[in-house]
Amino acid sequence: MTEKKTVGMYDVFSRSGKQTRATHYCAGCGHGIIHKLITEAMVELGIQDRTVIVNPIGCAVFGYYYWDCGNVGAAHGRAPAIGTAINRTRRDAVVISYQGDGDLGAIGFNNTFQAAGRGEHMAVFFVNNAIYGMTGGQMAPTTLVGMKTTTSPFGRDPLTAGYPLHVCEVLNQLKAPVYIERVSVADTKRIMQAKRAVRKALEIQRDGKGYAFVEFISPCPTNLGVDSLKAAAFCADEMEKEYPLGCVRDESATAEPRPPVPVTPTVKAFFEASEQHQAPMAEIDEKAGELRLKFTGFGGQGILSLGVCVAEAARLEKRFATWFPSYGPEQRGGSAACSVVISGKPIGSPSVDHPDVLVCMNQPSYERFVRDVRPGGTVIVDATVPLAEKAPDGVRVVPMPAIDLSIKMGVPKAANTMMLAALMKLGVTGLKNEHLLSALDASFKKKPALVEKNRLLLDEAQAWMEKNLPL
Amino acid sequence: MTKFVKGNEAVVIGALYAGCDVYFGYPITPASEIAHGAAKWFPSVGREFLQAECETASIYMVYGAAAAGRLAMTATSGPGMSLMQEGISYMAAANLPGVIVNVMRAGPGLGNVYPEQGDYNQAVKCGGHGNYSCVVLAPASVQEMCDLTIRAFELSFKYFTPAIVLADGLQGQMMETLVLPEHEMPKPDTTPWAVQATQETRKNLITSIYLDAPAQEAHNLRLQAKYAKMSADARHETYLCEDAELVLVAYGICSRIARTAAETLRSGGVKAGVFRPVTLSPFPGAALSETLKGRKALVVELSAGQFHDDVLLHLVKEGGRYQPVDLCNRMGGMVMTVDDVVAAARKTMKK
Repeated sequence: MTEKKTVGMYDVFSRSGKQTRATHYCAGCGHGIIHKLITEAMVELGIQDRTVIVNPIGCAVFGYYYWDCGNVGAAHGRAPAIGTAINRTRRDAVVISYQGDGDLGAIGFNNTFQAAGRGEHMAVFFVNNAIYGMTGGQMAPTTLVGMKTTTSPFGRDPLTAGYPLHVCEVLNQLKAPVYIERVSVADTKRIMQAKRAVRKALEIQRDGKGYAFVEFISPCPTNLGVDSLKAAAFCADEMEKEYPLGCVRDESATAEPRPPVPVTPTVKAFFEASEQHQAPMAEIDEKAGELRLKFTGFGGQGILSLGVCVAEAARLEKRFATWFPSYGPEQRGGSAACSVVISGKPIGSPSVDHPDVLVCMNQPSYERFVRDVRPGGTVIVDATVPLAEKAPDGVRVVPMPAIDLSIKMGVPKAANTMMLAALMKLGVTGLKNEHLLSALDASFKKKPALVEKNRLLLDEAQAWMEKNLPL
Repeated sequence: MTKFVKGNEAVVIGALYAGCDVYFGYPITPASEIAHGAAKWFPSVGREFLQAECETASIYMVYGAAAAGRLAMTATSGPGMSLMQEGISYMAAANLPGVIVNVMRAGPGLGNVYPEQGDYNQAVKCGGHGNYSCVVLAPASVQEMCDLTIRAFELSFKYFTPAIVLADGLQGQMMETLVLPEHEMPKPDTTPWAVQATQETRKNLITSIYLDAPAQEAHNLRLQAKYAKMSADARHETYLCEDAELVLVAYGICSRIARTAAETLRSGGVKAGVFRPVTLSPFPGAALSETLKGRKALVVELSAGQFHDDVLLHLVKEGGRYQPVDLCNRMGGMVMTVDDVVAAARKTMKK
């Protein structure tokens, strides 16, 4: 009989230091068997070039010594997140996440659970030996009740350390996984079943069908403090009582591969088509000066969008413009405010402390900001606001019944459009009406039915001002 | 071609023009518009978007995509950034490129969602474990939220280390006119090192473990040699500094406030200018030292003096001198007004 050479594993497991053993694993450890099962299935299925194994922390951290395929090292617990990204950005990749019980069941369980919940395209091979290996024999989430470890020296006590974690059963609560099975590598018969499970999990990946999870009950003689035979017997006798072997779910026959990625426009084509009003960059115009505006009122009165509208008009007029909101809790009810700066040159601070134009839609804002207005400035205030607070000398105050008018016209949400009408009629923004109107239209890009309506409201408001205000 | 957008939206536009293949992120105020924009725009142009289960997952997804040779990014704010530190250290150790945008909010702890610059040390001095450096870029306008995101990808792929765009809540939320980039950036060839799930790249390996101390030291020395080369890409901007008697030193949004303050000071007879680092790592220390020589200086920052400390450090390191530098700062989401800066500057001038 000629010796069969294993393809898919490196011929020499090169490491630095003394080469006293064939592998870096201890005698009787299950990792070697599982490594070989994965390698065999990978080669048999012809997916070696496509395969990327996310190597874990712990004893299998050097998996890449052995596997002749793409290898990426992971931090504790994060292999599912890394695997998720690899497959999402390399759809042809066959991704394997190889993890131990502390890695998968403790520090990284949410990443495991969420990746399974999303049905990520990866095969997760979970090595459950009921104990931490490389770290030094500490308690794992899968440590059996009563089992002594370096961090449960009196035996795992459910009162303080809880109960063993049944990962297959937890994942079986999720809808997305295609295949979930628990196998063992304790003896030859069990290994043959484990081989079938590995192959199935990788077939699912080869065919792009979704998430596959295989748990291996695996011996760790070193940290159990027993010889190889006893460690294998512990797996078969003790661990299987807690973790019964078998297939928990197999939907591989009916699972469908992912649909192909749709054809989309280029970035340039997409963004250039998305802009309603074309305008070049602002031009420096020293004569234009700088105008600082503040828009204030209650959240929901359209104060922020009014500010955007004016700033957008400035863009169309090739002016430099900034818009800056007060945000956070104020978004949810209370007062809202935004600052707009329009300038003929690049703008410094976007925050307006001393406005040239102040628009107030409520009393608290009027009382808070009116004293800050610069001499020569203008305050447009809703007519419902009592003007007990005096404006500074040289500041013009224009009461505008924006709220009343918008209610009368049947569009109570359009009080901000009434304020825009006032800004236009008073000519205080220094911007052309055509640009303000284009900006107003653009603000209803998603609700085109409102464009005409707001234009009408604007006309009505201006007519009212003509009649009632000494302009 | 221009568009009037929020700073956060400009980040997404910049990322797409940079050729970013995938966005992973967990929502957090005041960075959420980046996730909103990415969710809408990435799939519209055939790129991948995924809302991760937490920031730890986000950063390792960036790690995974980078390992596969893709351009990947995430965005977050303070608490999320803290969670990402471990993954950033892993990326730096594994020589992986990727972009992280931190739209800073007020801390520590939960803090609030208003602007602050309290994550300066975390970004510039590296909040994760071990000896590593990131590229850190500090935009000061909506245009730069876009342009420096593109630059972050370039530098990250040049130096094979994570690049952080260190913005703040004010810049994320403010809107300005953005000139769209002329064209999309060409994709870097990642075949020589990335694990692309192909025969050609099968032998490639991404890892950060060197179990033997001498090998780990050699790895550290290689990293440090690489970081030393980054200083060639230090960038800064000066405003009205030629004849200045006082220089306001500020980055990000503070440099905008300082700009207006300098103009105000000049109209009051004080010749003030502004020195603004565009790159915080590498830090433009030589230029700073040169600009501040023989002039009074005032740092304007939204943190407890983290940036101020670094200014002093660079004056010693690159300028070989100690020079008194005053500090005008606010914290907790409070932003100094132009008047505050002007008042502090007048005080400095009297000294």
